[in-house]
Amino acid sequence: MYAWLWRALPGPRWLRLLLLLALAVAVVAACFTWVFPAIAPYMPFNDITVDE
Amino acid sequence: MSGPDGPGPGTTPARPRAVRRRSVGAAVVGVLGELLVTLGVLLGLFVVWQLWWTDVVAGQRQAELVSSMDWVRSEAQPAPTPAPSAEPTGPRDPTDPPPVIDEPAFATTFASLQVPRWGPDYLQMISQGTTRREILDVLGLGHYEGTAMPGQVGNFAVAGHRTTYGKPLNRVEELQVGDALVVQTPETWYVYTVSSTEVVTPRDVQVIAPVPGQPGAVPTGAVMTLTTCHPMYSARERFIVHADLKYWMPVADGTPAELTGGA
Repeated sequence: MYAWLWRALPGPRWLRLLLLLALAVAVVAACFTWVFPAIAPYMPFNDITVDE
Repeated sequence: MSGPDGPGPGTTPARPRAVRRRSVGAAVVGVLGELLVTLGVLLGLFVVWQLWWTDVVAGQRQAELVSSMDWVRSEAQPAPTPAPSAEPTGPRDPTDPPPVIDEPAFATTFASLQVPRWGPDYLQMISQGTTRREILDVLGLGHYEGTAMPGQVGNFAVAGHRTTYGKPLNRVEELQVGDALVVQTPETWYVYTVSSTEVVTPRDVQVIAPVPGQPGAVPTGAVMTLTTCHPMYSARERFIVHADLKYWMPVADGTPAELTGGA
């Protein structure tokens, strides 16, 4: 998977590293902005109210 | 190092494909392994987001919320010097019925909470409603809809996170009987003092009944109740703080002694 990604990226080694870094930052940003807030309510902690 | 392996200058880098003969099974296991490692990293990131980033975001939001409410009086936003008046000023007895505001619309921020036990910088806003997505995760403390308003006879019940999302009730276990919970609305200060704390199950709704612990009873006094999770990082139980109204005073009359260090 990652070996394929490395081969698929264009350019010399430093450019590929830069692109990988940019991709990783994009993935983390997407997780923090959309994915984690969406799944957090289903986590079994953090409920603080009393209700039936 | 990883440059073209071509024999001489000028030739296009004809990369000799490193064809590795691997069985399909080995390839599948390899991809599976990479996926699992990726999943592990993502789970670690989720923990970082939950335990750290939600606090960062909620802290910024809370600071903006506080500064957008120009009626909030605190160390950072002190009261203008009270105008001398012939009216009786200062603390009023709770038997003298305090002014009570109507329940506001959902998600409206209507009061602030300051707790000297949690330090002079502690200031959190209270908004109407107790849903996670609209109130508790973004606005901080939430007022249980249908319970009493500050100063009103009955139970002014408030929920807040103890961990994550700004953790407004993080230090709830440090509260001792007699500690002040100072609530401010645009016109009035309401000073409650802690009367008891308890740990209950999430279904014990009687803690926010008008008379705590006695559902159906007719209230005669104004009390306040805080609910948050217990133990920390768990939703198994709830930590409950009950407080009684000690006195109230108009905001125009100055700042309660509990906040100025005079008490």
